[in-house]
Amino acid sequence: MTLSSASYQQEKGRFVPVMKDILARPSGRIGLTLVFLHILLALLSPSIAPYDYKLQNSALMLSPPSTEHWLGADHLGRDILSRTLMGGREALLVTGIATPLAVMWGGFIGILFGLVGGRVDEVLMRVVDAFLSLPWILKMLVLIVTFGTGIGVLIPTLTFFYGIPVIRVARAATHDIIARDFVWAAKARGHSRISIIWRELLPNVLDTLMVEGAMRWSWMLLAFSSLSFLGFGVSPPTPDWGLMISDARGFMSFAPWGVIAPVIGLSTLIIGINLSADALAKALGIDRAQKAPM
Amino acid sequence: MPQPAFIEIKNLSVGYTSRSGKSILVLRDINLSITRGDSIGLVGESGSGKSTLALAAMGYFKRGLHVISGQIHFDGIDMLNIKRNALQRLRGGRLALIPQNSGQSLTPNLRIGQQITEALRLHSNIPATDFHAGVIDLLSQVRLPDPVGLTDRYPHELSGGQQQRVAIAMALASNPEALLLDEPTTGLDVTTQGHIMELLRDLAKDRNLAMLYVSHDLGAIARVCNKVMVLYAGETVLTGSANQVLLSPRHPYAHGLLASIPRLNEASLPQALDGRPPMPSETITGCAFADRCKLADQTCRSSPPPLDHLESGETVRCFHHYQIGQLNRKPQKSAKSNPIAACKNSALSLSNLSVSYSQPGLLSKLFRSQDIPPSTVERITIDIKKGETLGLVGESGSGKSTILKTIAGMVPAQSGNIILNQTEPLDTMVEKRPAAYLRQVQIIFQNPDDSLNPRHTVAQILAQPLRLYYGLSGTPLRDRSIAILEQVRLGEHYLERLPSQLSGGEKQRVAIARAFAADPEIILCDEVTSALDVSVQAAVLDLLDALKRQDGTTYIFVSHDLAVVKAISDRVAVLYQGRICEIGPVAAVYSAPFHPYTDALIGAVLEPDPDVAPRLTADDVVELSPPKTGCPFQRRCPRKLGSICETNIPPAQKVAPGHIIHCHIPQGDL
Repeated sequence: MTLSSASYQQEKGRFVPVMKDILARPSGRIGLTLVFLHILLALLSPSIAPYDYKLQNSALMLSPPSTEHWLGADHLGRDILSRTLMGGREALLVTGIATPLAVMWGGFIGILFGLVGGRVDEVLMRVVDAFLSLPWILKMLVLIVTFGTGIGVLIPTLTFFYGIPVIRVARAATHDIIARDFVWAAKARGHSRISIIWRELLPNVLDTLMVEGAMRWSWMLLAFSSLSFLGFGVSPPTPDWGLMISDARGFMSFAPWGVIAPVIGLSTLIIGINLSADALAKALGIDRAQKAPM
Repeated sequence: MPQPAFIEIKNLSVGYTSRSGKSILVLRDINLSITRGDSIGLVGESGSGKSTLALAAMGYFKRGLHVISGQIHFDGIDMLNIKRNALQRLRGGRLALIPQNSGQSLTPNLRIGQQITEALRLHSNIPATDFHAGVIDLLSQVRLPDPVGLTDRYPHELSGGQQQRVAIAMALASNPEALLLDEPTTGLDVTTQGHIMELLRDLAKDRNLAMLYVSHDLGAIARVCNKVMVLYAGETVLTGSANQVLLSPRHPYAHGLLASIPRLNEASLPQALDGRPPMPSETITGCAFADRCKLADQTCRSSPPPLDHLESGETVRCFHHYQIGQLNRKPQKSAKSNPIAACKNSALSLSNLSVSYSQPGLLSKLFRSQDIPPSTVERITIDIKKGETLGLVGESGSGKSTILKTIAGMVPAQSGNIILNQTEPLDTMVEKRPAAYLRQVQIIFQNPDDSLNPRHTVAQILAQPLRLYYGLSGTPLRDRSIAILEQVRLGEHYLERLPSQLSGGEKQRVAIARAFAADPEIILCDEVTSALDVSVQAAVLDLLDALKRQDGTTYIFVSHDLAVVKAISDRVAVLYQGRICEIGPVAAVYSAPFHPYTDALIGAVLEPDPDVAPRLTADDVVELSPPKTGCPFQRRCPRKLGSICETNIPPAQKVAPGHIIHCHIPQGDL
């Protein structure tokens, strides 16, 4: 058997080629740079922030940007630059843990529903639909009001609620795979259900789950900031963009810098994640219509 | 006086730019001219550029492809420098395309009448009041029964053959002067294909069309075309009249391709054409076919052969075409001499097996409704001996695959028994079968693209059965995988590849390797060669045969292709609507006496020989469900006796030892 070496390239895993493809796209380059910068800032901000984020100085209350305080100060006279630099830490930590967890449990349940199929799947999916039809903020507030705030409650809450839409996506992706002959072949060989999920289905659904995870991450960030804005997220004086916007919005007419800085922080991160997710979807070859927030 | 060319393609090269910025050619320097009344067959393996060339004749190129050099003229119009709307008028107007899968090219939510009316409105000049008459006229021209009633139906209510006829009617709506056909009968049943070919042949003659017919099926080409062009790796390697090319091919590739086609009048396996065509991205210094050619020498590898114009009118791209006589067929292999076939032990016995997909609901059970549809597969009794290959043939819907799925435990049997190795019952679904039984029955699927997990390497694919049935891991697993790969004539270096890095034939070999890894008693082959090129098909059949001889495995080989089944099987069962019509040793089934259905099937097979015309006995109406009583074939049978065929199940007539025909016609008259 003769074989041309030209047609055959050693497979070095998919990570390198996918990464290259992402970086070849402007959206991927901009998106990943933004996300990377934000993560870097979150890690380094405690050491590079010029002032202590909780240091109050009544002389500086609502003072405009100056050479000493580049972005001015808030209503308690705290340095806005320092607070903005550190304002993403909590959000990134919570969503950074909750997103993978949400994708994992939602993905597993979705694949399982897709594999089991039939009436069980039909009934359970209607339950999922019913869940999705409620406004998200309502469901989350119920839990938070019951169990209190703080990371210990926020992470499980976000994980739970953001895993539910993943079920739908994972199930739909599984339905595309399940009818293919290699799944039939595995069933006919007598593999267990877990083995079929793990070996046959998961590797083929993983691309979709990764893109879904990236999208969910940005929705979750938005949700986290909204909760903080409403006062259910982090507790003062911890700096957080949502909380900062909430605090400064009363003074927006004469001290807009208090709102503008955290808004830029939050929006660049979300735009960065969205652009990266977009480039990832294109690199993986997944057609993804823009999804509306749940 | 030769007619002026109607479609003229001159020195056409088409290519795309690769990611690394290299220009890669898909078609190289093609010259083709078609006059009115000519029909030219384009032949080649997948990837040879035949579809690209046919679409280029319409001035259409797939995304990413562009013309590098050359010209395309249609009746004097330069197709490469034509205004967009003028091109739009030409396409579907004077130049019509009939695609491969018309079921997908018809709009699902428009009635047939509306679809054809639209074609008439856009591309003909008949007045709107005559549209209805025009539609009826077109539908009767393509010989569809009840044209008036058909106009109100939706595409999904039609069979594949009828949809293809509607597509042809739509193409004819504009009264085109040229027709491009891209594999128009691939995927259709033999009898349907036979009828469509006759229709196309008559249309071409009556309307004096210029036809360009793309197909991998040399039998179809032989029936419709008067000239043939063979493409290999984007180059013309041979052109000539259909007789010249198909009966005495002057190019080693065409010779090999023809030799790899299994034929009804031969008892042995066809000769495989080894190797695979080069990828478009590979640089070829000499002849593209040199690596696979038995006549190749040093010259062939170092310099590309020119296209020779012979006195006979053929053109050949080969240095050694005058030596083609040396390639005459090798002494035939000892065909299927199977020492184990003599074994009397049963490997698998099916007795009175019936399968029904429709479960009677509670209401119909309560009221004993008479509307319970007849079962899909009924009373199948076959005893398969160890080491035997049983072929199951029949058209789509004949229940072939259902029988396989039932044996594999993927579909529950309604009644009857399946016994493995005389003692082990396989009457439960796959989840409940003991592991020892599971290992003994393995399946190979039709399309390896679908049956191999695209995310698994070959090593992972082979590890699945080895881990499951033998608990292998580590070095023993790897050693065993390599041994199995070598059995299917692939080497160790394939272990780390993904299916996307393999050719179609290699993928199917991996699928075969996976089935053999379990060391099974029985392998169920479900149309295993129908997704492959002919040359690859021959190699896969050869491999299956060799493995069987080595391991004494029993095969149940399902196929719609009668010649393939003949080449590989020891015994054949002909199925219609889930009922056996005829069963017996290969030689007996493929020669008289015939069941009328077997006769219709064999008669409809298109041989790659322009002088052989098919005999079309039964019409090509597709039945969706079997009749409730009597003979399953009663509605299409050309030799129906009378009411006895409608009421009584035909008796099993033993015409020779082991050869049984289920028919009411007395034995002597069959």
